[in-house]
Amino acid sequence: MLNRSMTSKVLQVSLVAALIGVGACSTKKKDLPPPPPPASEPVVPPTTGGPAQVPPPAGVQSTSIPGSTADFVAQAGSDTVYFGYDSYELDDPSRTILGKQAEWLARYPNITVTIEGHTDDRGTREYNLALGDRRANAAKNFLAAQGVDASRITTISYGKERPAVDGSGEDAWAKNRRAVTILVGAKG
Amino acid sequence: MKLGRQMRNFVAAALLALVAVPAAAVLRVDINSGIAAPMPIAVPAFATPAPAPTAAGSTGDLGRQVAAVIAADLGSSGLFKPLDPAAFTTNVGYADVTKPNFGAWRTLAAQALVTGAVSVNPDGNITVACYAYDVFTSEELARQGFVTTAAGWRRAAHKCADLVYSRLTGETGYFDTRIVYVSETGARTRRIKRLALMDQDGANHRFLTNGQNLVLTPRFAPDDQTITYMSYADNRPRIWLYTLGSGVQTALRPASGDFPSMTFAPRFMPGGGSMVFSMSVGGNTDVYRIDLASRKVTRLTSAPGIDTAPSPSPDGSKIVFESDRGGTQQLYVMNADGSGQQRISFGEGRYGTPVWSPRGDTIAFTKIGGGQFRIGIMKTDGSGERLLTSSWQDEGPTWAPNGRVIMFFRTAQSGGATALWTVDLSGQNERKLKTPLDASDPAWSPLLP
Repeated sequence: MLNRSMTSKVLQVSLVAALIGVGACSTKKKDLPPPPPPASEPVVPPTTGGPAQVPPPAGVQSTSIPGSTADFVAQAGSDTVYFGYDSYELDDPSRTILGKQAEWLARYPNITVTIEGHTDDRGTREYNLALGDRRANAAKNFLAAQGVDASRITTISYGKERPAVDGSGEDAWAKNRRAVTILVGAKG
Repeated sequence: MKLGRQMRNFVAAALLALVAVPAAAVLRVDINSGIAAPMPIAVPAFATPAPAPTAAGSTGDLGRQVAAVIAADLGSSGLFKPLDPAAFTTNVGYADVTKPNFGAWRTLAAQALVTGAVSVNPDGNITVACYAYDVFTSEELARQGFVTTAAGWRRAAHKCADLVYSRLTGETGYFDTRIVYVSETGARTRRIKRLALMDQDGANHRFLTNGQNLVLTPRFAPDDQTITYMSYADNRPRIWLYTLGSGVQTALRPASGDFPSMTFAPRFMPGGGSMVFSMSVGGNTDVYRIDLASRKVTRLTSAPGIDTAPSPSPDGSKIVFESDRGGTQQLYVMNADGSGQQRISFGEGRYGTPVWSPRGDTIAFTKIGGGQFRIGIMKTDGSGERLLTSSWQDEGPTWAPNGRVIMFFRTAQSGGATALWTVDLSGQNERKLKTPLDASDPAWSPLLP
C-alpha cells in the first residue's frame, strides 16, 4: 500500500526510477544538424526577366539580341499575363500576348519554356497552389493551341509564395495573379 | 521503423505511486463554461531532498524552473490563474511536499496547489515528483513521479502540468507536445522558409531545414517521429518525408517511380501506414491516397476542379477535404475509399483547410468572407458552425491532441507579418506564441508518450 511517509515514498520513486532509467536512457537522442545561418540570397531567382533597364548612350540605337529573353519580351509585349480574382480565364489582352509568345516560340524551336502560375495572397495555401497550377496550365494550353509543341512547355505553381509585388490591396493583388513564361535554353 | 525511439528515450513512463482517488472530487474546472473565472492555483518551487548538481543545474534551480514551467502551462490554458510566487508566505520544504500547510494556501485564496520535489538518481537522471491538492478540503488529488535525463526536465514539468490539467478538468492534457511549423524571413517577394520544431511552449526551438528550398505545410506522423511536408527542392514541388531521429529527407514516390506532377497538401492517415494528399495534373487537382509500404496510389476524387486539403477522421473511416466543384471552395466529406462524397458547408463565403478534430466530432476550417479569413468549427455534418477568431487573415488550423485548443497562423494586413496563435474552443483565450522569426503553417504533435 501507499506509504504516507515522504522519505520512503521518494525512496520508492528513486528505486523504480533507477531501474527504469537504466534501460530507458541508454539511447541518446540524435542531434539534428545545427540551424544554418539565415540565408541572405533569394531562394528562387526573380521570375520576370524584363529588358535591360540601362538607358542606351545618346545617339545609339539598341536592339534586343534575337532569341534572347529581352527579345521575347519585346516581341510578345510581355512575359506575363494577369488574371481576375480566383479566375484562370485568359482575357483578350492575355490572349494577344500569348499569341505573340507562340509566334516568337515558333521562330526558336530549340527554346523551351516554363510557365509559372501565381496567385494573390487572399486564398488559403493549398487552394492557391492548385489555382496557380490552373493558371499555368491555362497559359500552356493556349500556347499549345497556337502550335507550340506541348512537350516544350512545363508548368510550375508557386501559389501565393512568390508575389511579384509586396502589398495588401487590389493593386498589388492584381499584379500577383499571373502566369509568367520563362525561357529555358535562351541565349541571354 | 523509427517508431518509438524518442519514446524510449524519454522516460516519463515511470508511473510510480498510483493516483489517489478521493471518494468525491469537489474541485473541478468546468472546461465548457469558458474562462470567466480561471481557477487560482499555487505552484511553489519544487523542493529537493538534498541539493545536488545535475547536468542541467542544481536540483534547487531545477525545482524553481519546473514550477515555473508548470505554472506557465496551466496559465496558458486560460482555465487556471497561477498565483504570483512573490506573494507566497510559505516556503515548501521537502517535508511539506506531502504535508502542505493548507491554511497558508487558503489565506492566499489558492483553490488548488501543486507541490513536488526534484531529486538526482544514482545514474544521473532526475526524478520529478508531482502532487496536486484541493486546498479547501486538504485532499490529495493526484500524484505521479517522472524520471528523465536532467536535460529533459522540461518534459517532466509538462507531464506534471498535464497530470494536474487532466485531474482538474477531466480532459487529457496537451502540454507535453511539440509544434512543427514554417519559419519565415526576408522580403515577401522572395520569402525564405524553413521547417522548425519546438515544444508547445516555444522552448527547445530548432530549425530542421536551411532555407535553401521553399517548404510548406509540415504535418506530424501519428508516431511523432516523421514529418511530411511540401518542398520545392530541385524546382520540383512535391511531398517529402523528414525523419526526425536521423534528419534524413526523402521525396515521396509511388511504386510506379515518380509522380507526373505537383503533389502537395499531405497528411498521414491514423496509424501512419498511409497518407492522403493532392496532385495537380494539367490544371485539375484531386485527392489521392498512398500506402507507404507498397507505395500503391489510389485516386479518391475525380471531379473537375480543385479537390485538396484532405484530413482524415481519427478512426480513419472518413476524409474531409475542400473542393470548388460547386463553384466556390467548400467542405466535403467522403468515405476513406473515396465513395459517398457529400458537401457539408453551406454558409456564406468560402471554406478551406478543414481539419478533423482528434475527438472525432468537430471539423476546424478557415472561412473566407466579408474581407476576412477566420478560424471556425462545425460538426462533422456541417451543422453548428461557430467562428472562433476575427481578423484580417487567420488560416490553417491545427488541433491540440485533446481537441480543446486550436493553433493557427495570423497574417497582418499591413506589412504581412505572420505569427502563430492559439484559441480555445469557446473562442476565448487567444494567445500569440513566441517564435524567433515570423511563423506559419503550424502542426500540433500527438501527446508524447
